[in-house]
Amino acid sequence: MKPNTQQLSDLTIQVRRDILRMVHAVNSGHPGGSLGCTEFLVTLYQNIMERKEGFDMDGIGEDIFFLSNGHISPVFYSVLARSGYFPVSELATFRLLNSRLQGHPTTHEGLPGIRMASGSLGQGLSVALGAAQAKKLNGDNHLIYTLHGDGELQEGQNWEAIMYASAKKVDNLIATVDVNGKQIDGTTDEVLAMGSIRAKFEAFDWDVLEIAEGNNIDAILAGLNDAKSRTGKGKPVCILLHTEMGNGVDFMMHTHAWHGKAPNNDQLASALAQNYSADQIDY
Amino acid sequence: MKKYENTGSKDTRSGFGAGMTELGQKNEKVVALCADLIGSLKFDDFKKNHPERFFQIGIAEANMIGIAAGLTIGGKIPFTGTFANFSTGRVYDQIRQSVAYSDKNVKICASHAGLTLGEDGATHQILEDIGLMKMLPGMTVINTCDYNQTKAATLALADHHGPAYLRFGRPVVPNFMPADEPFVIGKAILLSEGTDVTIVATGHLVWEALIAAEALEAKGISAEVINIHTIKPLDEEAILKSLAKTKCVVTAEEHNILGGLGESVSRVLALNTPSPQEFVAVNDSFGESGTPEQLMEKYKLNNQAIVEAVERVIKRK
Repeated sequence: MKPNTQQLSDLTIQVRRDILRMVHAVNSGHPGGSLGCTEFLVTLYQNIMERKEGFDMDGIGEDIFFLSNGHISPVFYSVLARSGYFPVSELATFRLLNSRLQGHPTTHEGLPGIRMASGSLGQGLSVALGAAQAKKLNGDNHLIYTLHGDGELQEGQNWEAIMYASAKKVDNLIATVDVNGKQIDGTTDEVLAMGSIRAKFEAFDWDVLEIAEGNNIDAILAGLNDAKSRTGKGKPVCILLHTEMGNGVDFMMHTHAWHGKAPNNDQLASALAQNYSADQIDY
Repeated sequence: MKKYENTGSKDTRSGFGAGMTELGQKNEKVVALCADLIGSLKFDDFKKNHPERFFQIGIAEANMIGIAAGLTIGGKIPFTGTFANFSTGRVYDQIRQSVAYSDKNVKICASHAGLTLGEDGATHQILEDIGLMKMLPGMTVINTCDYNQTKAATLALADHHGPAYLRFGRPVVPNFMPADEPFVIGKAILLSEGTDVTIVATGHLVWEALIAAEALEAKGISAEVINIHTIKPLDEEAILKSLAKTKCVVTAEEHNILGGLGESVSRVLALNTPSPQEFVAVNDSFGESGTPEQLMEKYKLNNQAIVEAVERVIKRK
């Protein structure tokens, strides 16, 4: 049974609480982008992806997700734990010595749910293309999903991969770009204006769709289902997911200040109070 | 001790191509990726025989490394092929994160390594690649000496799980290792026994070491020659066993003196049995245009250079 919108919404509150508590506990990590992508990742894992029980590296017979902008590891770890890949209690080890939950995701410590290391930006789409082509060779009709930051598109390797994907008709791939318009040093326009991301992907012959309300679960569901329906038609599919960095915590929104900064005790209390539900079960 | 003879000169890259052709037939999991250098890497047969398992990436080496890493997810065994410079330095971070740190079973196969690609000059003559690759945790580093050994190493890599770097070259060089010599990763091959000095050579310098050993014999110096095709993991036991007898060593490689085989051997000796060592290697410089023979002479990477290094090291015993 797939969860309904209300159930997904409830889970986003829990995931937001996880993110905030994880980064607060170690006074480091990246809450802004994590909060902005919470609805997307919850919906993707809980409602959209076809997933097998358990975890194996090859992922044959199931959909696969790659996080390219690895710094939003808090949301990834929370959604993986809440989706059953590893005990929720392990979220308490985030960024601690000897933890499987490294600052940026890695396969190195054997954390279930992770298939490649990410953190150094711009590498995820290439890896996803390889996995997509392996699926084709294996006669496996499942899909590859990826998530990238908009600022991350400044890395040149992306454009090698974007060119390759359409040239080789990798049409079992849905690449989502988190368009929040912000990066460490400011807005993406201030740092390195990219013009129309849509026009660029379309110029590279991708099938592009946009989710204008990227923090609205119904809009995400509709967009992801639309994207799925466009696969298998000879073109890679790109979703431009318009999100609000820091979504769900009022003082973290409409600024790039919380890209890589943890809340203090008072800020945590305020943020958690804004994300409260009666049936939450914190780790 | 068997005497090694040139059975007909060939380029080592053709050994790689022959290995890929054989792997294509016998291992369905093997896939090949190339960045616009099919002819240079001798991928023609693999591409013709297995078009569905051959990936032309275009001139986009970073993307190639990432795609190779992704192909392992789903059980494939990818062999990437381009020049050594573009296989390593250009894509170091991609190899570091997407392959080595992610523990992906990718075989990075690099032709045109070192000075002997010749006339193209220093932009293409990487002399730092062994150092770059051996510093990556978990990376196996292999530098083969001739056609037969390159083919054997290519076949062996398909049965080895883990990231690996296979380095070979462009020029036609003597082919002297027996075609049926088993290739064991990490296991050095003793080519000739001696008592006065150990010559540890890799790649194109192995043949030069054999020539040098003959010249030294005429001078009354008994040289032991070790073919150290695997630089990481290094066969420390073979080196120490030989040094226990000879008490001094010359290392020979087509690589920068910094970061190469020589330093790996120095480390073993320093930890176990400090001994005089001389290095036949490029003295921390870039290369330049020229024929392979001219370059090997100018940069002192030939049999005469090995003989001179032996004479120096023996005096230091």
